[in-house]
Amino acid sequence: MQERPRLISLEKVYKEYDGTAVLSDINLYIRKNEFVTLLGPSGCGKTTTLRIIGGFETPTSGRLLFDGQDITHLPPYRRRVNTVFQKYALFPHLNVFENIAFGLKVAKRPGDEIRARVEKMLELVNLREYGKRSVDSLSGGQQQRIAIARALINEPEVLLLDEPLAALDLKLRQEMQLELKRMQKSLGITFIYVTHDQEEALTMSDIIVVMKDGLIQQIGTPRDVYDEPKTAYVANFIGQSNIIRGNMVHDELVHFCGADFPCVDKGFGSDAPVDVLIRPEDLQIVGISEGKLTGIVRSVLFKGVHFEMMIESSGMLFKVHSTVMQPEGSSVGLDVIPFNIHIMKPTLNEEAVDREEPEAEDIDR
Amino acid sequence: MKGMAFSSWTSWLMALGFIVFVAMVVLSIRRNQGIRRTLFAFPYGLWIVLFTLIPLLLIGYYAFTDRAGAFTLDNFKMFWDSNYEMNKQLAEMGLDPAALGLARGNVNVDTLIYSLWMAFLCTLICLLLGYPAALFMADRHFRLGSTLVVLFIIPMWMNFLLRTIAWMSLLEDNGLINTFLASLGLPRMQLMYNSQAVLLGMVYNYLPFMVFPIFNALNKQDQRLSEAAMDLGANAAKTFIRVTMPLSLPGVISGITMVFMPSVTTFFIPRVLGGGNTEMFGDLIERTFLSADNWNVGSALSLIMMVLILMSLSLLRKVDPEGEGGSMI
Repeated sequence: MQERPRLISLEKVYKEYDGTAVLSDINLYIRKNEFVTLLGPSGCGKTTTLRIIGGFETPTSGRLLFDGQDITHLPPYRRRVNTVFQKYALFPHLNVFENIAFGLKVAKRPGDEIRARVEKMLELVNLREYGKRSVDSLSGGQQQRIAIARALINEPEVLLLDEPLAALDLKLRQEMQLELKRMQKSLGITFIYVTHDQEEALTMSDIIVVMKDGLIQQIGTPRDVYDEPKTAYVANFIGQSNIIRGNMVHDELVHFCGADFPCVDKGFGSDAPVDVLIRPEDLQIVGISEGKLTGIVRSVLFKGVHFEMMIESSGMLFKVHSTVMQPEGSSVGLDVIPFNIHIMKPTLNEEAVDREEPEAEDIDR
Repeated sequence: MKGMAFSSWTSWLMALGFIVFVAMVVLSIRRNQGIRRTLFAFPYGLWIVLFTLIPLLLIGYYAFTDRAGAFTLDNFKMFWDSNYEMNKQLAEMGLDPAALGLARGNVNVDTLIYSLWMAFLCTLICLLLGYPAALFMADRHFRLGSTLVVLFIIPMWMNFLLRTIAWMSLLEDNGLINTFLASLGLPRMQLMYNSQAVLLGMVYNYLPFMVFPIFNALNKQDQRLSEAAMDLGANAAKTFIRVTMPLSLPGVISGITMVFMPSVTTFFIPRVLGGGNTEMFGDLIERTFLSADNWNVGSALSLIMMVLILMSLSLLRKVDPEGEGGSMI
């Protein structure tokens, strides 16, 4: 695939509040038309990163480049970037039309043009008849759409979204996820999206940036971060996982829980300690004599799509997802195919990962 | 002692109120209704009826009666023409006031206009001084903001009379300012006993009532709203004009109300700092009641004042129907 040009680059961006670092030398670039999600728990620095890009915060050190130009100290109103704020921040003293028209009014566009463009925006967000309504009279989902329309009317090159769906209920959230993705594709705008919801990130993103404690943990496509997490932290944060201490016997063979498992990973050396990741849906329950491991079912939870069973084996509790229920207390065999075993470097202290060039992830995009 | 007598009858009254209150509580428990919350408003309700509602009715009664208790509109005619009563007596004696060169007495009307004008000036100055101050106090990047809040509150802990009298020692002919000027070899200035001194005293006393409602309205404003405005292309000035200022209007309106109302009815300040050269409507009412001992005309004047205030209040309600920007005072 043809490489798109880089639109935004953060270079060694460091930010501290009252002596506490919230971002530690972040390096990140975002290509044109990408849907990039900053994902992490609260306090990981994702919102601060977004606010630096939006111009509401200035980094303590480091640079922010936009199209190759340093915009670190450019005020927000001079940036070709618009924001959809958390809880929308709609102007309560203006009606829906005036809210959306705000950017154009400030730019002193002629009245006819404003009217035409606002109408178009209202159509885009499916709220055609709502121009005269006061923003307080709208539901959360509708306010959300107005906030998006208001930000998009300035035709930004980048749209920043700060947990825009956090206040919506599940059903609406899932609808909006698809709608946002559709908008991003049809408008050809770069989206930078902040969320703590891993499912949201997996659904919408082209690239996910996993953050923790002001450091970037991993940058990659949703499949990368899910299938090939670089650290136990990423594995745990995105999806559910069983992480087992193991030992790499040699390439493509790993030893854990008293058994040898063929796998597809190599390059960890021989007889080296590793972390082994197996997703709960990848553990297969088999006949007691057919598996490499045997275990006893300790608990069963019905989760709708599947059953979640905790199975004790070799002093470990494995989380297993299966559509077939095994009764509590029964003995079962466990197995896993080589492709579903993921080997990670043992991470005693998690290091920062930067998105540097050239990088492995770039190849499979 | 007179003071003792006063405090003893008020305490009897309070005790009575309390007993009735307790009796009502007991009664409603007996009837298995539980203690209704409205019951707790009873002591205050009693207080309002005794000391606000009844006096108000009395003012209404006095305003429309003469000294003998008969219905009359003369008290209001006295407002328009302070010589009305005298001229009426002259006419009864068969004399023509006009021929005697006695015209309409316009003291009362002029005093009212002067009071309204002073209150208007005071409100305007308070707004011009108070808004920027509130803006500074509410600015999150301005670290002295909270200190400023305290500095504005502290003088309010002092008694209103003391605060006003304190200005005397500053403005007097031998006061601090003039002593300072003299020590520099400059001529002394007439600082007191004029309208400016009265205005100064009023602004000084009422400024916090302007600052705090505005501060409140600004302070509770979501920071993200101004960020959103900037995000959409508005610079600092445009953000203020289009977002910050319009959203603070409820605070401004309640500030104006809270300064204008006491300003119109100001008394004591003109007497202390204006030295009798500048009588305002509040002083006029007081003088009519106490010095002239004319409760009927005094009540009429009070009633006119109240109607004016109610009119301005309802006007403000129209602009700010929710009565937002509630003050912290």
